[in-house]
Amino acid sequence: MWSFSNIADSIQNWLNQTFSATWSLVMQMLIAGIAVISLFAILGLVLVLMERKVSAWMQIRLGPNRVGPKGILQTLADTLKLLVKEGLTPAGADKILFNLAPVLALVIGMLLMAPIAFAKDFQLWNLNIGVLYISAVSSVMVISILMAGWASNNKYSLMGAMRSGAQIVSYELSAGLSILTIVVLCGSLNIPDIIYSQADGWWIFKGHIPAIISFVIFIIAVTAETNRAPFDLAEAESELTAGFHTEYSGMKFALFFLAEYVNVFIVCAIGATLFLGGWMPFHIGQWESFNRVMDYIPSSIWFFGKTFFLIFLIMWFRWTFPRLRIDQLLNLEWKYLLPISMINLLLVTVIAILGWHF
Amino acid sequence: MFIVNYIKNIFKGVKSLLVGMRRTGYYFTHHKEIITQQYPDNKETLNLPERFKGEVVLIHDENNEHACTGCTACELACPNATIKIVTKFDITAEGKKKKALDKFVYHLELCTMCNLCIIACPTDAIKMDQTFEHSVFDRKELTKILNKPGSKIRDGVE
Repeated sequence: MWSFSNIADSIQNWLNQTFSATWSLVMQMLIAGIAVISLFAILGLVLVLMERKVSAWMQIRLGPNRVGPKGILQTLADTLKLLVKEGLTPAGADKILFNLAPVLALVIGMLLMAPIAFAKDFQLWNLNIGVLYISAVSSVMVISILMAGWASNNKYSLMGAMRSGAQIVSYELSAGLSILTIVVLCGSLNIPDIIYSQADGWWIFKGHIPAIISFVIFIIAVTAETNRAPFDLAEAESELTAGFHTEYSGMKFALFFLAEYVNVFIVCAIGATLFLGGWMPFHIGQWESFNRVMDYIPSSIWFFGKTFFLIFLIMWFRWTFPRLRIDQLLNLEWKYLLPISMINLLLVTVIAILGWHF
Repeated sequence: MFIVNYIKNIFKGVKSLLVGMRRTGYYFTHHKEIITQQYPDNKETLNLPERFKGEVVLIHDENNEHACTGCTACELACPNATIKIVTKFDITAEGKKKKALDKFVYHLELCTMCNLCIIACPTDAIKMDQTFEHSVFDRKELTKILNKPGSKIRDGVE
C-alpha cells in the first residue's frame, strides 16, 4: 500500500543499490534537507494564507480575495515581493550578528523538525530522547531573538528582545512540565514509543482530567513561546513598532516571519504527538471493527489534520484575546500555570504509579 | 480563603476567555454578514459612515459667498499648523477698513482630521467633507486654497 514509509524505504534501497554506502548516505541527507526546506516553504505559504483568512472571517471581513481564485495566490505574490526587496543592514548594527540571527531562527526550526513523526514509521531521526531533544533545542530559539534585538542597535528592538527573553524562559518551565506529564504516563522519551502507547486511545482521553489540564497549559505555554498574541509582547506593534525585527526588511524579515510560522507548526505537531496521538488514528480501547475503519484513513492525514486543528486553535486565540501586560504575563506564568502544572504532575505521577489510567 | 479565591480566579478567567472564543467562533462559522466594503467595485454605491472625515472644505453657497470672517480661530486651534489664514482689508460702504479673508491655505498633507478647527469656527464656515481619494503625484497639489476665486463673505456674518 502507498505510504510515506514505503516511498522512503524504496528510495533508500535504490540509492544503496546504485551508489556506494557513503554516497548513498550523502544523497539521503541531501534529499532530507531539500524535503525539509520545501516543507518550510509550503508551510509559510499555507499558514500565512490560513491566518489571514481565519482572522478575516473572525473579524467579519473577507480577507485576501484579489490575487488568484478566492485569493489563494496572495501569499505567493507577497513572497515574490519580499524576494525582490532590498535587505537593508543599518549602519550602526553589528553586521555579523544582524545577518546571522534570521538564519539561526530558521536553522533551529529545521533542527526541531528532525524527531517529528509525520506518518507511520516516517521520521527523519528516530532518537531515543526525542522529547528531551525538542524541549532542549526549542529553548535555543530565544538566542536568535536576543541576537536580532541586540545587533539591531535600536531601543525598540532591544526592549522587544528582552521581553521575549523573559517570556520564553518563564513559559518554557510550564511547557516542559506539561510535556513531562505525558512522559510519566507512557514511561518513554522516544516519540514512536509515545505514539504506539496511544494505540488504544489518545492520552488526552486516557489520562483523565490531569491530561486535559496539562494539554491546556501546554497550549497556553507554547502560544507564549512562539511569541504570538495574546503573548506577542516581543513584537507589540502598538508600542515597540515591531519589537526585535524592527530593523529587518526584505528577505531577512521574511525569514523571521517564516520561522514564526514554522515554530507554530512544530509546537502544534509536538502537541498533537503527545496528547492527540500523532499519526495514530482515532482508536477506542478494544473496539476492533471501529479501529479498523479508522485505520483506512492514511496516517499522514491524521497527523496533519490534528496539527492543523491545533494551529487553528492557536489562531483562534490570537484573534480573540487582547494582549497581556508584561506584569500580567509573568503573573500568569509564575502564580498560576507553574503551580498548577506542578500539582498536576504530582497527580499524574500518582495515577501512573497506581495504574489508574486506561 | 486564599486558595478559594485562587481557584475562583482561575475559573473566572477561563470562563471569560471561553465567552470571547464563543463570540469569534460564531463569527467564524457565520461569515455571511461582511462589515467591510469592497471599495473599488462599489464606487457608485459607496456607503460611508456619517462621522467619516475626509478633508476640510469651506462652504460656499450658490452666490459664491462663504461665512469666513478671517478670525483665525481655526488656525489657532489646529495642533499641527495645517491651516494658514491670509487676511486683507476691505473698504466697507461707510469708508471704513474691515478685516476679511484673502486666502484660506489648507495643507492636506499635514491634516490629521481631528475636527478641532470645525469645532473652533464661530460662524460654521468650514466643515469636514467625505471625499477620500487624495493620492497625487506631487505633494504640492495637497496644499489647497479653500476659498474659491472671487468669493466674498456673506452679508450679515460678523
